[in-house]
Amino acid sequence: MSEPAGKISVHCTVNGRALILETYPMARLLDVLREQARLTGTKEGCGEGECGACAIEIDGALVNSCLVPALQAEGTKIRTIEGVATENQLHGVQQAFLTHGGAQCGICTPGMILAAINLLARNPHPTDSEIREGLAGNLCRCTGYTKILASVVEACRAAQQATEPRP
Amino acid sequence: MRSYIPSYELVAPRDLAAALQKMATEPGPWKPFAGGTDLMVLLEAGKLPHRKFLSLYNLRELRGIEITHDQVMIGALTTYTEIRRHETLAREFPLLARAAAETGSIATQNRGTLGGNVANASPAADSPPALLVYEAELELVSSATSRWLPYRAFWSGYKQIALRPDELIRRIRLPRPSNANHWRQYYRKVGTRRAQAISKVCFAAAARIDFQRMAEVRIALGSVAPTVFRAAETERILQGESPTPALLRAAQETLAAEIAPIDDIRSTARYRRRITQHLLAEFFAMLSA
Amino acid sequence: MEPRIIGTSVPRKEGRDKVTGAARYVDDISFPGMIHGLTVRSPAPRGRIVNMHFDSGIPWPDFTIVTAKDIPGKNCVMLLIDDQPALADGFVNHPEEPVLLLAHPDKYLLEEARRAVRIEIEPSAGVFTIADSLARREIIWGLDNIFKSFRVEKGDVDSAWSSAAFIVEGEYETGAQEQLYIEPQGIIAQAGPAEGVTVWGSLQCPYYVHKALLPLFGLPKDRIRIVQTETGGGFGGKEEYPSMIAAHAALLAWKSGKPVKMIYDRAEDMVATTKRHPSRTIHRTGVTRDGKLLAMEIDFTIDGGAYQTLSPVVLSRGTIHAAGPYECPNVRIKSRAIATNAPPHGAFRGFGAPQSVFALERHLDRIAHVIGLSPEELRRRNFIRKGQTLAVHQVVREQVDLAGLMDRAFELCEYHAKRERFTHENLHAFVKRGIGFASFLHGAGFTGSGEEYLASEAALEVTCEGRVRVFAGSTEMGQGTNTVFSQIAAETLGLGCDQIEIAQPDTARVPNSGPTVASRTTMIVGKLVETSARAVQKSLLDSGLLKSNYTPAEFNAACAAYINVHGPLQSLTKYQHPCDLHWDDERYQGDAYGAYAWAVYVAEVSVDTRTAEVHVDDFVAVQEVGKVINPILAAGQIEGGVAQGIGFALYENCVWQQGRMINGQMTNYIMPTSMDIPPIRVFFEEIPYERGPAGAKGIGELPLDGTAPAIANAIAQATGADIRRIPITPEVLLEILESVHV
Repeated sequence: MSEPAGKISVHCTVNGRALILETYPMARLLDVLREQARLTGTKEGCGEGECGACAIEIDGALVNSCLVPALQAEGTKIRTIEGVATENQLHGVQQAFLTHGGAQCGICTPGMILAAINLLARNPHPTDSEIREGLAGNLCRCTGYTKILASVVEACRAAQQATEPRP
Repeated sequence: MRSYIPSYELVAPRDLAAALQKMATEPGPWKPFAGGTDLMVLLEAGKLPHRKFLSLYNLRELRGIEITHDQVMIGALTTYTEIRRHETLAREFPLLARAAAETGSIATQNRGTLGGNVANASPAADSPPALLVYEAELELVSSATSRWLPYRAFWSGYKQIALRPDELIRRIRLPRPSNANHWRQYYRKVGTRRAQAISKVCFAAAARIDFQRMAEVRIALGSVAPTVFRAAETERILQGESPTPALLRAAQETLAAEIAPIDDIRSTARYRRRITQHLLAEFFAMLSA
Repeated sequence: MEPRIIGTSVPRKEGRDKVTGAARYVDDISFPGMIHGLTVRSPAPRGRIVNMHFDSGIPWPDFTIVTAKDIPGKNCVMLLIDDQPALADGFVNHPEEPVLLLAHPDKYLLEEARRAVRIEIEPSAGVFTIADSLARREIIWGLDNIFKSFRVEKGDVDSAWSSAAFIVEGEYETGAQEQLYIEPQGIIAQAGPAEGVTVWGSLQCPYYVHKALLPLFGLPKDRIRIVQTETGGGFGGKEEYPSMIAAHAALLAWKSGKPVKMIYDRAEDMVATTKRHPSRTIHRTGVTRDGKLLAMEIDFTIDGGAYQTLSPVVLSRGTIHAAGPYECPNVRIKSRAIATNAPPHGAFRGFGAPQSVFALERHLDRIAHVIGLSPEELRRRNFIRKGQTLAVHQVVREQVDLAGLMDRAFELCEYHAKRERFTHENLHAFVKRGIGFASFLHGAGFTGSGEEYLASEAALEVTCEGRVRVFAGSTEMGQGTNTVFSQIAAETLGLGCDQIEIAQPDTARVPNSGPTVASRTTMIVGKLVETSARAVQKSLLDSGLLKSNYTPAEFNAACAAYINVHGPLQSLTKYQHPCDLHWDDERYQGDAYGAYAWAVYVAEVSVDTRTAEVHVDDFVAVQEVGKVINPILAAGQIEGGVAQGIGFALYENCVWQQGRMINGQMTNYIMPTSMDIPPIRVFFEEIPYERGPAGAKGIGELPLDGTAPAIANAIAQATGADIRRIPITPEVLLEILESVHV
């Protein structure tokens, strides 16, 4: 067993809340968020950046939190699934997943929803193949992706309807 | 998580000079750590033997894409996302943009860096064949020195690279083509599926066509040898010739002899060899089209 | 009366928690004083355990260490039989077999400790293939390496060959497939001589775990309690294996006196837990000049791995489905599940049927080719019809119209036009396109007398506020149990779904509804829920406190009044086997299933002949499944199943070395991403099944059966490749294509 390195303090903002996390520098951000910040909506599916269940946003970019050492979260703004809905209002993408069958077992859902929101922020009117590419890093074993794609399309449509001026 | 996390050190130097200083005073123990998309996978699997790392991720000196009249300088920490979204790269270096877009997933592209990909030296990486076709050069810096090395000379064997223990990759330089529209370019990654795949064969090629002849031709391959490499013998056969069926057959033979694919858990040597030949045919078809 | 709620896409009951990240899965739960556990496994496929070394440098006294000697009761994970130990004692029979358990509060230190234990094995020769096991190269299980065998006989096969105009033979294989639920397996246990054993976990069948822990601890039934937490996918993979993890976590908790959490990482989950059984099927078929099936001889073998586990039951379903939805007067099916020194193979959606259906549907396309009929026409001439008998002598009593399903499927995908167009276009194309199909059936519920033996129960209770609670041992793992049960109860009681609550599956609170497997939850357990709801309603109506055509408010008031006068308002229903369903276990004949789902699936593919890569471009799934209770959930089941079938057909390849899976990472075991899946177009024909709740039959497993053969047949059409084995990886297909075009 090698000599342990010391813990460090990581200052970051998580879902709008300033946090100081005491942890090992190489600890996975995934574990730190789940165990210290008690944000268990971020899931571990593979631990190797392959499944996307642990996807979060760091400074607006989608990343897999299993591949980010805690030290690299210093000074960042993080959003997890818990930071997506407001008090009593689901985000449009969450609502669409709920209504259109985008979630089955629910374990890929947090990462999938963040990937979809992140895609729509960059590209509000994606084509079918752009949606498929945007979500290709998030593996789902239940849905065959069909209802997930439908949910994203529906969320776009609803968002567009909401912003159009009423006649 | 199969590693004993408390035994790993990761420190963030405040700037490049500080990072190089640390590597100069204690050469060896400190290894660079960029976006983490490769090293964290090894850590998870309990296969990261090295214990002390310098986090480079926040070093501004290693970021950014600079364009001058005759070259493009890509900072080592440029992410795949930055590469695929960059207009000049997409226009003049489409193979690199394409490789970046086919690497991992969006989340990986947001975090993974070109310099990290080069330093990791995986024979299955997607960008190196494109960099070889573009005759990239690497700027390697230490606290005392700075040198430029042709990317072709970077490897000496499987995961063996010409980076001294006190050196970092600072930038990657690509010469801008003076006559971009005379070049026909081809890239195809044959992976295990359409996205999020590790390549089984990666084929990048470009030819400058002059009066229906290949005045210049460059072919670089991934996943078919211990390192990514330029198929020099095959290039020699093609040089100055027209892409005819007879030439294709000869070149396919040479190419098959020039690569050294293996059987592994992702594919077979036989498949890799045959597919490499077929992709050469596809490249030829594109030249003749 | 028109249903109000059945047939509508009520949103998923627990959906809000899932889209907000609030749903609590086992790894999201923590108890005070909880420590972490892990399993040290066999490095060798077979041999005697000589020694266990504990390297220095680890503070061993701080660890809880459990070996076989610490087991308070019998060292077995009880399932059908007791051949599988919870911890190997002296001898190992497969790689990664659990040998020793460790627990410690520090997860990181626990990993250091795992590496510091070395299990020394004196190796014995192992058996790793079906052929070697059948040849009895080594006897590794019982007297003959055979866990179970079946024989089905209909008519007189031996006499039929002489009158056949054609006899077509073929051998087919399917590979192991990992369930690859995205939530890895995990359990938390609390245990002690005083309080007994309590287990929380990601699991499909709480009562299976309950049954397994009884002999292990030698405790009475009421001292063992199993609670299902939110489960991130199962697909069969969490049918039997959670009993093993529960045994381990409970043993560590028993010894340490602390709650113990064991969560597998992906690497462990891949190498150690069950997969779909690899299979080999040999067909010999006699056909008349006009394309009528005359005789079918089918030899079906599945590889069960090192212990029996569920292999006999998987074999049973695979055997019964092996002759498909066709009428043939003479059939013989001989089947067996054999032992190899691999981790036991187990339940995976479809449960033996995807293996034997793949073989049959490929074989029929080959027969069609040999006798000069179109694949379609061969099927049409042999489709089973009402009143005819299946291979197991079951007379089909339900309305069945496979030709109609085929018509509809072919129309939706323009089958005939495409088939013709592709044949023409392929002549000069590097990317060749093809279209293929499979027609098939899938029996819902346990096989034969299984449901009768299970004698499942479900209950329903109404509170004085009119809240309705459903108590069932059936689990929600994404497939929609909670929502479907709510719909059934709400429809029956004339209420809204919001008024229905589904009790968390907890063996201390819910009755044994049988396992959540075999496409049985909606059809069998849903019916028990419906019957219980009807009984409660009848009590209210009979009491005079409620009159028919009531409003929800009147219902609520009546509940309060009823409970005030008569006490608790509840009903428990036990499964009654229909008296006209008979099964003969000795002769393996009779009514194998109460109902079947029927389907025709069509796949359109493109094959890049330069790389031998296949992509599925379009997929049409037409099926008759009785009444559809929730269209979005039902379509979701089919779409998800088709995607798993695409993986089974093209991508998912377990690479084995001496019984060990060596590509046990998601990077190297390839499941489809959103870019690998085509539009999946799902259509239901609905013929209400009188014994199902609101007319519903089972659908969960169906899509796994027909997807792979439809794709294989499409590839054959595109390229002429004679596909005999799945997965059809590019490496395999390249070799076939080169042999075709030499």
